[in-house]
Amino acid sequence: MAAAGETQTVSEYIVHHLTNLTYGKLPGGFERYDGSIVAEGGEWTMAHGGAEASAMGFNAIHVDSMLWSIGLGILFCWLFRSVAKKAEAGVPSGFVNFAEMIVEFVDNTVKDTFHGRNKLVAPLALTIFVWVFLMNLMDLVPVDLIPHTLMLLGVEYQKIVPSTDPNITMGMAVGIFVLMLYYSIKIKGFGFVKELTMNPFSHPVFIPVNLFMEVVGLLAKPFSLGLRLFGNMYAGEMIFILIAALYGAGVLWMAPAGLMQVGWAIFHILVITLQAFIFMVLTIVYLSMAHEDH
Amino acid sequence: MNINLTLIGQMIAFIGFVWFCMKFVWPPIIAAMKEREEKIADGLAAADRASHDLELAKEKAVERLKEAKEEAAGIVDSANKRANQIVEEAKEAAVVEADRVKAAAQAEIEQEANRAREALRGQVATLTLAGAEKVLGAEIDQSAHNDLVEKLAAEL
Repeated sequence: MAAAGETQTVSEYIVHHLTNLTYGKLPGGFERYDGSIVAEGGEWTMAHGGAEASAMGFNAIHVDSMLWSIGLGILFCWLFRSVAKKAEAGVPSGFVNFAEMIVEFVDNTVKDTFHGRNKLVAPLALTIFVWVFLMNLMDLVPVDLIPHTLMLLGVEYQKIVPSTDPNITMGMAVGIFVLMLYYSIKIKGFGFVKELTMNPFSHPVFIPVNLFMEVVGLLAKPFSLGLRLFGNMYAGEMIFILIAALYGAGVLWMAPAGLMQVGWAIFHILVITLQAFIFMVLTIVYLSMAHEDH
Repeated sequence: MNINLTLIGQMIAFIGFVWFCMKFVWPPIIAAMKEREEKIADGLAAADRASHDLELAKEKAVERLKEAKEEAAGIVDSANKRANQIVEEAKEAAVVEADRVKAAAQAEIEQEANRAREALRGQVATLTLAGAEKVLGAEIDQSAHNDLVEKLAAEL
């Protein structure tokens, strides 16, 4: 796959692969890729290259990540909804069987870890597990296949693995963080404040120290959750891109590159499943901690 | 790798999918699985019960068989006894009948013999008279000598 054309260096190839298709608001006075100056008041447009994307700041959206992520989410909903419609007490068959296996697996994991009473946790865990798995699964699609096809159709950038976008992973992590705070306050009430201020040193003198430590610990949870998934998937994607770049290095490199790609892909089947599982388990654990009243 | 609105978008999508899963996916699947679990448990219990029943039925059948055999043996025994009895009775009846027949035959024979003797006696009297007539060459007054002849015939 020589997506890296003659005019494109390897580093350009890699950077191109790591750039999202971004739609956002360029600030006024910004000089665009073609030399034109953005009018006062800014302009909503597709970004050309990383420089324009970063200039957009927060007022931008990664169209590719969003579409793939929502598309895969809909795929999940559709698959499991069809199973839910077909599910009955009789003998299950085919995909229903497989889906029920996943549901049972998630249900058991939740029962093992989460001891409170909450109707949200199990479906939340199932959604996370399958959705994150599907997003990670996009990593196994050959890196150039879809981006290059879309480039021929006129779409300049395309990153098809949503979980290599920190916005996606952090978006989910922040969502879980909100749930953690909500349940902490709902279940523990004032006890949550006490947990933040009187731990680990149970004396009023240490309140500032305790508060600092506990808040850092609390904030570390969503960050570790989101960034772990992002980091793992990003690194995996990067290696796929590097292997793909190796194809352009010469005919002699084709065989070892192919071998490496197959090897890494097989290994990655484990990684993507494991990462989806870890994300799910940590979500359950964090929510379980939010439910534990001391 | 910029943090931007995508994060908010993903959060909203996340909430939406979790809500959908919680509302339309999880409950029916879990309900179906639970129902099946109960069904299987019931089925297993029924199978256990059935095998227990089978065991009981087998025992009962063996018992019945034994009873039936005993009964049959009893019946055969009594039938044999009865048969012997009948044979004995028949034998006795046959002996009695035979005796009766024999007695009747004997009586008849005696009767016949008597009758023959009488007839013979009568004829002897006649013959004697005829013989005597011839011997004497004279006619004998039957009525005068009847007593004599009768006496003679009785002596024969």
